Amino acid sequence: MRDAIARFVHDGDTVVIEGFTHLICFAAGHEIIRQRRRDLTLARLTPDLIYDQMIGAGCARKLVFSWAGNPGVGSLHAFRRAVEAPGTAPLEIEEYSHFGMVARFSAGAARLPFWPLRDYMGTDLPRVNPRIKTVPCPYTGEDLATVPALNPDVTIVHAQRADADGNTQIWGLLGVQREAAFASARVIVVVEELVDEQVIRSDPNRTVIPGMIVDAVVVEPWGAHPSYAQGYYDRDNDFYVAWEDISRSPDRLTRYLDEFVYGVPDRAAYLKKQPHVTRLKAKERVCAGVNYGY
Amino acid sequence: MMAAVAARELRNGEVVFVGIGLPNLACNLARATHAPRLVLIYESGAVGAVPERLPVSIGDPALVTGSLMVCGMADVFQGMLQNGRIEVGFLGGAQVDRYGNINTTVIGPYARPKVRLPGSGGAAEIAIHARRTLIVAQLGPRAFPERVDFVTSPGLRPQGRLRRELRMPGAGPVKVITDKAILEADEATGEMVLAALYPGVSVPDVQAGVGWALTCRSGLAAVAPPTPQELRLLRDVLDPKRLFLRQ
Repeated sequence: MRDAIARFVHDGDTVVIEGFTHLICFAAGHEIIRQRRRDLTLARLTPDLIYDQMIGAGCARKLVFSWAGNPGVGSLHAFRRAVEAPGTAPLEIEEYSHFGMVARFSAGAARLPFWPLRDYMGTDLPRVNPRIKTVPCPYTGEDLATVPALNPDVTIVHAQRADADGNTQIWGLLGVQREAAFASARVIVVVEELVDEQVIRSDPNRTVIPGMIVDAVVVEPWGAHPSYAQGYYDRDNDFYVAWEDISRSPDRLTRYLDEFVYGVPDRAAYLKKQPHVTRLKAKERVCAGVNYGY
Repeated sequence: MMAAVAARELRNGEVVFVGIGLPNLACNLARATHAPRLVLIYESGAVGAVPERLPVSIGDPALVTGSLMVCGMADVFQGMLQNGRIEVGFLGGAQVDRYGNINTTVIGPYARPKVRLPGSGGAAEIAIHARRTLIVAQLGPRAFPERVDFVTSPGLRPQGRLRRELRMPGAGPVKVITDKAILEADEATGEMVLAALYPGVSVPDVQAGVGWALTCRSGLAAVAPPTPQELRLLRDVLDPKRLFLRQ
């Protein structure tokens, strides 16, 4: 992880750590904080706790997003402090809806300059985000909303498994992992398990990201905690609740970062500090499998 | 009460875009009672979800296990929502106004917010595309101002115009389910008007929680309290840990 972040994530980059609730790569976010990257443009549909931590750690110059809350709990307080009191920690924001962000990644993945969608009429979002525009359809004349492509410098995707070439398989909620990876100049895949190419080949429909677009594969078990990995471990909902209190106070947030991010060299050391996470280990719900024969 | 009332709004076989919290309870109550064929779609990509535990977040792993389909979010928003497949959408928010506009973005000016809220998520497009939406919110003068500070999800008179003039495919909010009463959309004016009272609630009780002069339907309906079966399901089966039901 250390080498992948050092090599592929630079100051000033547009960085995407995707994953919709599922497979959010906290291990990579923590390593970026440890390496003290600065002036990043952080983009994600749901900034979640990981971007709140990165904002709190001073990594971000700008946030591009569509829903900035603590899912099921409440607020992201480092984000709110930066936006509600811009004198203290200025953070530029660029805001869409989920569909808008999905469309931005879709355009980026297809290497198109923008993506049309039937959205935003009657809302105030285009008023505060001039990058949401409209274009008349060349066939029907209907006005359609457009959003610009999002092409990150680097996208980090957490996944259940990949082979050494980066052929990556994901199951469970897929979010916009595929689109974000295809849209990106560089792609880092972080996996629970490194598997043999034959495992990938035995079930090719489950491959979401092909190795040809992947620059680095990092093996990091439990790398998504406190997010989750379907079939590996459940979400640490208690930590999401605890973040409400931690993030509310800049001092507590700093103490959290000191202990669990700066205070550990890597993910293995982070996990050693919280042995309770083993209770989140997933129960078995194995599918019957399919016949790929002919 | 709100969960039971919301559940009764759902018809068997409908396709519902589910939010977390109370809407989720309502959908699962409907599924356990009169609407076993209700299709639950979550914006996270779970289609036909049958969560065995109450999902804490909209991306809970329990939504995946046993569902009919798990798709990427591009499919959810393009293939399901924009495609016109969603019959009912649930929406909530910090502010709901006279015309059913919802604000989940910011209290105060956008550039200098008093309170920064999470933002749209999928709410803006649900409000535009779902064939009808149900708003769920607790009454209060701050929650129901005459005009929201920011229109995240458009209601019935966007920019003072009819929805169809702006080519919005869905009908918009048909009802607001609150903790005291049900408001309904008035077709002629686009206003949310008082339509039904919960047991023991008076018109002034409702007006006290609404920041505009509320119009009352002639012949206000009385909302039936939850049945013993609804209460048992909600308390013992669907939310035994009281994650979302009020104590």
